[in-house]
Amino acid sequence: MSEKDIEQAEMLVEVKNLHKEFNGNVILGDINLSVKKGEVVVVIGPSGCGKSTFLRCLNGLEKIQGGTIAVDGLYVEPDKKDITKIRQKIGMVFQSYELFPHKTVLDNVILAPVMVQKRDKKDATKEALELLEKVGLADKKDYYPRQLSGGQKQRVAIVRALLMHPEVLLFDEVTAALDPEMVHEVLQTMLELAKSGSTMIIVTHEMAFAKAVADRVVFFDGGEIVEESSDVKNFFENPSTERAKRFLKTFAYE
Amino acid sequence: MDINVLITYIPLYNEALLLTFKIGMLGILTAFAIGLSGAAAVYFKVPVVKKILEIYIELFRNTPLLVQLFFIYFALPKLGIRIDAETCGVLGLGLIGGAYMIETLRSGFESIDKVQSESALSLGMTRRQMFGSIILPQAFSVSMPGIMANVIFLLKETSVFSTISLMDLMFTAKDLIGMYAKTIECLFLLVVYYLIMLLPISVLGSFIERRVRYAQFGD
Repeated sequence: MSEKDIEQAEMLVEVKNLHKEFNGNVILGDINLSVKKGEVVVVIGPSGCGKSTFLRCLNGLEKIQGGTIAVDGLYVEPDKKDITKIRQKIGMVFQSYELFPHKTVLDNVILAPVMVQKRDKKDATKEALELLEKVGLADKKDYYPRQLSGGQKQRVAIVRALLMHPEVLLFDEVTAALDPEMVHEVLQTMLELAKSGSTMIIVTHEMAFAKAVADRVVFFDGGEIVEESSDVKNFFENPSTERAKRFLKTFAYE
Repeated sequence: MDINVLITYIPLYNEALLLTFKIGMLGILTAFAIGLSGAAAVYFKVPVVKKILEIYIELFRNTPLLVQLFFIYFALPKLGIRIDAETCGVLGLGLIGGAYMIETLRSGFESIDKVQSESALSLGMTRRQMFGSIILPQAFSVSMPGIMANVIFLLKETSVFSTISLMDLMFTAKDLIGMYAKTIECLFLLVVYYLIMLLPISVLGSFIERRVRYAQFGD
C-alpha cells in the first residue's frame, strides 16, 4: 500500500511555500506550516489577514497558485480525482454552521458517513447518538436545524465532522456568529476534543480560549505568518514582534 | 339553461377532459425534464450549453404558444417534418414550459448559499452527490411555488390546442356551439370542466408545497 504522495510523512499536515492570489492580489504569501498528529494549532490575526483562506486551502476549497499542501501524506489539489478521499480525512466546521436545512439533526450527521463512506446506517446512527449525547443534544435528533439555537447548531456541525473520523479538524471562526452565552458551550466541546487527542487547526478571535487550548499559536498578518510560538502563555503575555503586540493590544481594555 | 342538454353533452366533455389532461400532463412532464436538466446545466456552468439555453429561453418565452404550435404543426411539415397533433401539443407545451421551468428552478438554485455546497464537499461528497442530496432538494422547495404556478399556467394554455384540431375541452365546446348553438350550456360546461381539472391540482399543489417546505421553512 504505497498510494501516498509523500512516503513516510512525519507531519500530518505539511504546508510548503503556499502561495495564493486572487485577481492579482496576493492573499497568502509564502506560508510554511507543519502540524503533528495530536497537535492543536490556533491561528489568530486581524480580519482579512488570510487566515480563513488558509484554512479553506487546506481542504481544497480554494485553488492555490504555488507551493504544496499535504495531509496524511497526500497532496491536496482541488481538481484531483481523489480529492474526495482526502477531504474525508479533514473535518471542517464553518462560522455559519452550514447544517443542511432540509434534513433533521440525525440525518445531517449520518448523511456523509452513509453516502460517502458507505458505512452501515445502523452503525452510523448508533455512533451519532452517542456523540450527540456527549454534546448534550441526543434529545434533539429529530429536530430540524431551524429549530435549534446557534450554539446547538454549531455543536451538531462538530458532531457531523467527527462522525467522519477525520485525521484533522479545521475550525473557521466557529463562534463568531454566536451570542456570548452560546460561545461557551461550543468552546467547551472543542476543549474536550483537544484533550482527547484530536489534531485541530483553529482560527479564532477568542483569545482566552486560544490560550487554553493551543499547543502552538500562529499569528497571521497581511497574508503571512508573522510569529509562531509553542510557548503559548509567553506569546500572549509578551509577543516578540511589534505587529503581534499591536494586535493583542486591541483585545485589552484599561 | 337546459339541464337535458347539459346531460347529453357530458360524455363528450368527459372525453375532451381526458385528452386535455393527458396532453397537459405529458407536456408538463416534458417541461419539467427540460427545466431540471437545463437549470442543472446552468448551475454547473456548462460552457456552450449555457449559451444555447439562453437563446432557447428567450425564443420560447417571448413568442405565444399559439404561434409556436402553428409553426410546429403547419410550417414544419413543409420542411418535411410531419408530427401528429397530439405529439405536437405535448412538444409545444413541453418547450414553452421548459423555458419557464428552467428560469424557476435556476432562481431556486441561485438562492442556495455557496457555503452549503462547500459544506457538502468538505464532507467528502462528489459534486454529483452534493447536487443530488444537498442543492437540488433545497432548491426544489424554494422553487415549489413557482413550479406550481407554471403547472397551472401550462394546463390552462392547453386551450390553444383546439387550433391544431386536437379535440380538447375548448375544441369540443366550440364545435358543439357551431353545430347546435347551445352557447350558454356549452360555455357553462367549459368553465366547470376547467375547474374540475384545475382545482384539485391547485389543492394538491399547496399540499405538496407545504410538505416539501416544512423542513426548511416550517410553514
